Amino acid sequence: METSSLSRRDFIKRTGLASAALTLGYYMPALAKDVEIVQQQVAASLGIELNAWISIDTTGVVTIINHRSEMGQGSFQAVPQIIAEELEVDLNQVKIVFAQGHQTKYGSQVTGGSSTVRGSYKRLLKLSATAREMLVEAAAKKWNVANSDCYAETGHVIHRPSGKKYHYGELVETASKLEPPKNVELKNPKHYKILRKPLQRQDIPLKTNGSAVFGLDKKLPGMLYAVVERNPRFLGKVKSFDATAAKAIAGVKHVIPVKMRVFSHDREGVAVVADNLWAAMQGRKALKVEWDDSGFPHHSTEQLYKQMREDVKNKSGLSFKTQGDVKMALEQAHKKLEALYETPYEAHACMEPLNCIAHFQGDKCEIWGPIQGPDWVQADVSDLLGIPKENMTVNMTFLGGGFGRKAFLDYPHEAAVISKAVNAPVQVVWTREDDMTQGPFRPGMVYQCKGGVSKEGSIKSFEVKMAGQNMNHQNPGADKLSYNDSVTEGFLETYLRSLPHYSFSDVPLDSPVPVMWWRSVYSSTNAFAFESFIDELAAAAGKDPIDFRKQHFWDGRYHELANKLIEVSGWASRGKNAGYGVAITECFSSIVGEVVKVSRQADGKIKIDKVWAVMDCGWYVNPDTIRAQVEGSIVMALGAATKHATHFAEGKAVEKNFDSYKMSRIAEIPEIEVHVMDNEEKAGGVGEPGLPPFTPALTNAIFDLTGKRIRVLPFSLDEIA
Amino acid sequence: MATLTLKINGKSHTIDADPKMPLLWAIRDWVGLTGTKYGCGIAQCGACTVHLNGTPVRSCSLPLSAVGEKEITTIEGISPANEHPVQQAWIAEQVPQCGYCQSGQIMAATALLKRKPNPTDADIDAAMQGHICRCGTYPRIRKAIKTAAKIMSQKTSTK
Repeated sequence: METSSLSRRDFIKRTGLASAALTLGYYMPALAKDVEIVQQQVAASLGIELNAWISIDTTGVVTIINHRSEMGQGSFQAVPQIIAEELEVDLNQVKIVFAQGHQTKYGSQVTGGSSTVRGSYKRLLKLSATAREMLVEAAAKKWNVANSDCYAETGHVIHRPSGKKYHYGELVETASKLEPPKNVELKNPKHYKILRKPLQRQDIPLKTNGSAVFGLDKKLPGMLYAVVERNPRFLGKVKSFDATAAKAIAGVKHVIPVKMRVFSHDREGVAVVADNLWAAMQGRKALKVEWDDSGFPHHSTEQLYKQMREDVKNKSGLSFKTQGDVKMALEQAHKKLEALYETPYEAHACMEPLNCIAHFQGDKCEIWGPIQGPDWVQADVSDLLGIPKENMTVNMTFLGGGFGRKAFLDYPHEAAVISKAVNAPVQVVWTREDDMTQGPFRPGMVYQCKGGVSKEGSIKSFEVKMAGQNMNHQNPGADKLSYNDSVTEGFLETYLRSLPHYSFSDVPLDSPVPVMWWRSVYSSTNAFAFESFIDELAAAAGKDPIDFRKQHFWDGRYHELANKLIEVSGWASRGKNAGYGVAITECFSSIVGEVVKVSRQADGKIKIDKVWAVMDCGWYVNPDTIRAQVEGSIVMALGAATKHATHFAEGKAVEKNFDSYKMSRIAEIPEIEVHVMDNEEKAGGVGEPGLPPFTPALTNAIFDLTGKRIRVLPFSLDEIA
Repeated sequence: MATLTLKINGKSHTIDADPKMPLLWAIRDWVGLTGTKYGCGIAQCGACTVHLNGTPVRSCSLPLSAVGEKEITTIEGISPANEHPVQQAWIAEQVPQCGYCQSGQIMAATALLKRKPNPTDADIDAAMQGHICRCGTYPRIRKAIKTAAKIMSQKTSTK
C-alpha cells in the first residue's frame, strides 16, 4: 500500500516533533518485494513496527542496533562495520546495543545457517547510505547550496568548495524532516574504507578484562537460582520424589516438579530453587527421585548404528535428488566402488553451560540469557505461558558459544515455568553434566556410497544413501515419510550440474535421542562421506585428487578456488615423506577448500603438520573475522574427528563431562593458514563453512601417507598402523 | 556456615558461607566478580582459573576451607583498563571469539610469563594444556603469548 508522503510530513508538523534524533529503520510492507526505509516518527504515526537500526542524536553519537546474537562469530562487529561504511562514520564513533527479540521488527533473528551477514547486508548498506544522503541534503539546505557540492566523511558533511563542515549531530534535526530518498547509490567495493579491513572487534576488550556479561553473569535483585534433576532417559518420567533432605539445605526455597517440551515429548524432572546456586546444587544432590522408565526402549549406540547399517543396506531411501540412471551408469562403469562411512553423535559443549533468567509477573514475562533465537523465544515462550506475545521481552546477553544448541528453546522454557511457579525472578543453570547428557545432539549418521568411474577417469555414477535421524521428524505432527532435503548439504553445486548420474536419498532413523543443528549442520557429517568417496573415486581413476575434482567443475569460481589452494599449499611440489589430502565443500553459500599435511613421527604416531584453507564467501566484511572463524571451525572439526563423541547405553548419554568427552587442546593444534578469495559474488556464510572440509581432507591425507582409508569417526591419530 | 575473610585483588571480603563451597561460587555469587567462569566443575576446562598467591588454581574445585589467608587474584585484578601486556597481546592478536574461556586462559598466560618470560612452544603447551576453548582460538593464544613476551621484554629494556 502506498502511503502519501504528504501525510507523513503533516504528521511531523502537526505533532511538532522536534526530532532529537535521526532514527531510520526499515520494514517489509505487505505485498512488497523489498523493504521500505522510513523514519521512526513516521513509522509510529502509521502504526508500523520499525526496527531502529541507526539512530544519530544531536551530539553526533551514532547508535547501531545489532539484531543478531554474538556467540563468538563476530556479528557484534560485522553488522556495525557494514553500517559504518555507507554512513561514513568511524567505528569508534558508534555505540552498539543488542536488540531485543522481536520478530515483526527485525525479521528472523535466529543466528543460524551462518546468515547474519548474507541475510541482511544489502538492506543494511542501503539503509546506511539513505541516512548519509539525508544528512548531506540537510547540510546543503542549511548552507543553501547544491547537494552535489557536499559530501560526507567521518561523521561530518563537508561543503567541497568552501571546506565548511557540520558534524552529524548538528544536522539530525533538519535531516529528520526530510523524506528518505528512494534510490541511493552504493559504493563500489574498491572504495571501501571500513569494509574488507581487518578492523579489531569491538567486543574483544570486554572479553580480556572479565567485564563482558554472559548469561550466567546476569543477576537481578531478588533473583533465585534453579537447578533441575532431569530424567537421564529422554522419554522417562518422574514417578515420585522426596524433597525432605533437599529442603533441609540452608538456602533452598522450593522443590517442584517440572515438565519441559522437547520436540514431541515432555522431559520430566524436579527443580530445586534456592537463594544461591551452590545451595541449589547441594539441594539437588540431597534430592531423592524415583523415575518411571517403562514403555520405551532403552537404546544403545551399538543398536542405533546396527539399525542404520541395516537400513542403508536393506531399505530403499526416501529420494531427495536424482539425475539420470545411477544403476545403469554404475553397471557400465569401468571401475566400481562401494563404501560405508559413519559419523558419531556429538554434544555442542559450549563453554558456557545453558542458563536463562525469566521473570514472570502476572501477564508479562521478561527473559535474559545467552540465546541464539530471541524472536523464537518471544513467540514460543509467550505461547507456552499463555500471555500475549507483546508482553514477552527477550534480552540477549553475550553467548559463551552457541553452535546451534542455543537456538533450542528448552532452557528459556524451564526458566519461565519455574519463575511462574515460584513467583520470583529465576535463573535456571544447567551443570556441565546436564549440558552434555540431555541433548539435543548432532545426529549420528551412516552413509552408503556407491559410484563408478569411466575408462577416461571421470565420475560416471554417484549414489549416496544416508541413514540417521531427520531433525524435522521430531516436531509434533511431522510427516515421517518426508525426505531429508539436507542430504546434499556440503556437496558442491557445480557437481550437481556436471555429474550425469547421481542419486541422494535417506532412510530416517526413529530414535528418542533429541537432535539439533551442530555447527554447519548436515554438512558437518555429509561432507566426510562425499569428499572421502570422491577421493576414493579419484584414486580408482588414478588421478591427482585436485585435478580429478577440477575436471568436474563447470564454473570458473570453483577453478579459481582450487587453483588458489594448489598455489598456497605448494600442492604441485609436495614431498614424498608427508601425506597430503584435499577436500572442497559448499555450505551456506560459501565454498571452502582445505589441504591437510600429515607425517609420521618417530614414535609411530601421525602428526598434522599444517592446514591450508581457502574460503570463498563472496562479498565479505572483515577478513580477520573470516580467518578466525575458519581456524575455529577447523579446531572444532578436529575434535569431532579425532577426540570426542557421545555414546548411549541403556537409554542414557555416557559422556558427562570433559574427563570423558575429550576436547582438542592447544598442543594438538596444527598451524592453520587461511586465505580469503576476493570477489563480488553474493555474500555467503562465514561462521560454519570452514568446518566440513577439514575431516575428509585429514583422512584423505592419512590415506596418501599410509594407504589406509578411515571411514568411521572418531579415530585416534595415535593408533594408525 | 562460617564467617570467612577472602583477600581478592587486594581487597578483603568477609562472607558467610559453607567452608566446603568451592571458591568459584564465593567469587562469583558472594563477592560479585563474574569474570571468573564456571565451565565444568571438575577442574578439566580451566575457565575458573584464578591465582592463589600467584599460582594458577582451579577455583571450581578448591573449597573455601583451603584458601585461608592466601591472596586471590581474578581477571578483574589483572587490569580493568586492559593495560597488562597479556591483555594487550590478546587484543592485538584478536584472540577471543565467544570469550567465555578467555579469563581463564589469560590467568594461565600471565602466570606462565611471570615464571618464564620467554616461553618455548613446549612451555606454552604445558601451561595452557588444561584450558579448553570450544571456539578454537588456540593458534591465536599461542601467538598472543609470544607477543606478550615481546611487549614485556620491551617494557623491561626501556626501564
